[in-house]
Amino acid sequence: MAKVTFNEDKCKGCGLCVTACPKKIVSLSKRMNSKGYHPAEVVNQDACIGCASCAMMCPDVVITVER
Amino acid sequence: MEVFKKTKGLTDAQFHYCPGCTHGIIHRLVAESLEELGVLDKTVGVASVGCSVFSYNYFNCDMVQAAHGRAPAVATGIKRAKPDNIVFTYQGDGDLAAIGTAETVHSAARNENITIIFVNNAIYGMTGGQMAPTTLPQQVTQTSPYGRDVTVVGYPVKVCEMLSQIDGASYVERVAVNNVRNINKAKKAIKKAFQNQIDKKGFSLIEVLSTCPTNWGKSPVDALKWLEENMQTYYPLGVYKDKYAQEENK
Repeated sequence: MAKVTFNEDKCKGCGLCVTACPKKIVSLSKRMNSKGYHPAEVVNQDACIGCASCAMMCPDVVITVER
Repeated sequence: MEVFKKTKGLTDAQFHYCPGCTHGIIHRLVAESLEELGVLDKTVGVASVGCSVFSYNYFNCDMVQAAHGRAPAVATGIKRAKPDNIVFTYQGDGDLAAIGTAETVHSAARNENITIIFVNNAIYGMTGGQMAPTTLPQQVTQTSPYGRDVTVVGYPVKVCEMLSQIDGASYVERVAVNNVRNINKAKKAIKKAFQNQIDKKGFSLIEVLSTCPTNWGKSPVDALKWLEENMQTYYPLGVYKDKYAQEENK
């Protein structure tokens, strides 16, 4: 099963991962991180296929993908 | 099993770049290439002036910072003194295509065995979004508020096309980082550019089309779209010169 984790405190909420995800399961959180950005999060972890598109697109390298 | 994790080629320091700036992606591609080729411990990078000046904080290898535009000259010196080290420069368009044009062209003409990563975002980012040599015709910037008027300020410099005409240059390719497919291609090109240096094949330059959401006045997602629709048509992607591939095909 695939699992994707975000280093939320380093996320700048740019949203590039949101558009890169083929399953459309990444979205920006309503929460704020310590920098004042809305970090990205995965809503439906079970639907993740572990393609790592979000991680490839992330300009701040905050995403780790496991499968 | 980890499918994707942060490369050892990058330090733990957080990038200072604006949200959505593709500098971070290009940093990762360079760092991953160096790690995969196993040359991190003998690599010397040369940082330029511009947003990428702080790249010396982010790459997990030895770094030097050069005066504006002079990175290829500094890299030449390092490579000639230490030919076994891998030497690369990481420069923006304001650095490489404006004040550093002479250094770039002549390091290519001398076929210095160095790798240049040229990040082209068609604007001066760090200084606040002024018109750069690579700014597209009609593009609005802080210093061209009515759009770049080519009858007054001339045409954009196409670095890859220019360098491909120089006999000395070995490998010149233009890539983009606007989607996953292009990022994969960019990674391949950057890795090949470093492999060329290891194989002593001479001068390699990879131009990476990049975004500047802040100074373009667009959201990060819209900036990627703008890159694809405007920059890629003016600066077509592809291999402009591959001397060794040409020789192999003869």
